Amino acid sequence: MTDEAKTIQPQKTQMQDAAATERTKDRRTYIPRVDIYEDDQNNLRILADMPGANEKSVSITLEQDVLTIEASVDNVEFSGHTLSYAEYGVGDYYRAFTLSEKIDREKIEARMKNGVLSILLPKAEPHKTRKIKIQAG
Amino acid sequence: MARIDFGLWDPRSEMERFFSGFRRATSESSPPMNIFTSEEGVVITSEMSGIDPEKIELSVVNDKLTIEGIKPVIELKEGESWHRRERGYGKFHRKVRLPFSVEGDKVEATYENGILKVSLPRAEADKPRKISVKMAE
Repeated sequence: MTDEAKTIQPQKTQMQDAAATERTKDRRTYIPRVDIYEDDQNNLRILADMPGANEKSVSITLEQDVLTIEASVDNVEFSGHTLSYAEYGVGDYYRAFTLSEKIDREKIEARMKNGVLSILLPKAEPHKTRKIKIQAG
Repeated sequence: MARIDFGLWDPRSEMERFFSGFRRATSESSPPMNIFTSEEGVVITSEMSGIDPEKIELSVVNDKLTIEGIKPVIELKEGESWHRRERGYGKFHRKVRLPFSVEGDKVEATYENGILKVSLPRAEADKPRKISVKMAE
């Protein structure tokens, strides 16, 4: 594999409003780009590029089997300066995934470093098959 | 009433004209940049999450700024498998010509939450000077 990647930092994709719900804040929202892989323990690992977000502004929720990642990002301004050229927009982040595997909720870990969110979703131990005794009479 | 153009130097339009030809010179493989300008200097911000700040190299020569760096690639071990791979990786290199010469020793750069911020003060010698007109004798 060469070092020279075709796309180092693909342009952020802006969220299109989902048909069902709309966000209350009138702000641009971007879809963070992610890498997802399964490690040798069958744990799911997610890395999400969210430049501008930090550990305080990110929130992760797991409801049923839907994992939601959100982050708010403050606008950037410099006093006395005007934005004269822009290649990227500043806004919040939002993305949700449906997990097909059962996850051990107690052991989820997440950390934020240099604008990258990493989440470890450990696979839940398979439930032991329980035999149900049937009583006579 | 018709607007009369006295042909005065307008830093705003000058800047716009300068940056209008800028987009074509950039390749998709570089981290996106936003440029803030004032008469005192330029502030450049760039989204580049997940980079070791020690691996970012900046150099300034007169009115040229070069940013180089590397985004580490995630190599999977045996028994691991990709689900999604959207984040970019690899080397990047970006050259920017600024609208004026820069005070090289006063350039400051910080890297926080995946965003690089470079402030480049305009060189004293390059600033516009006011020339007083003396009355002819």
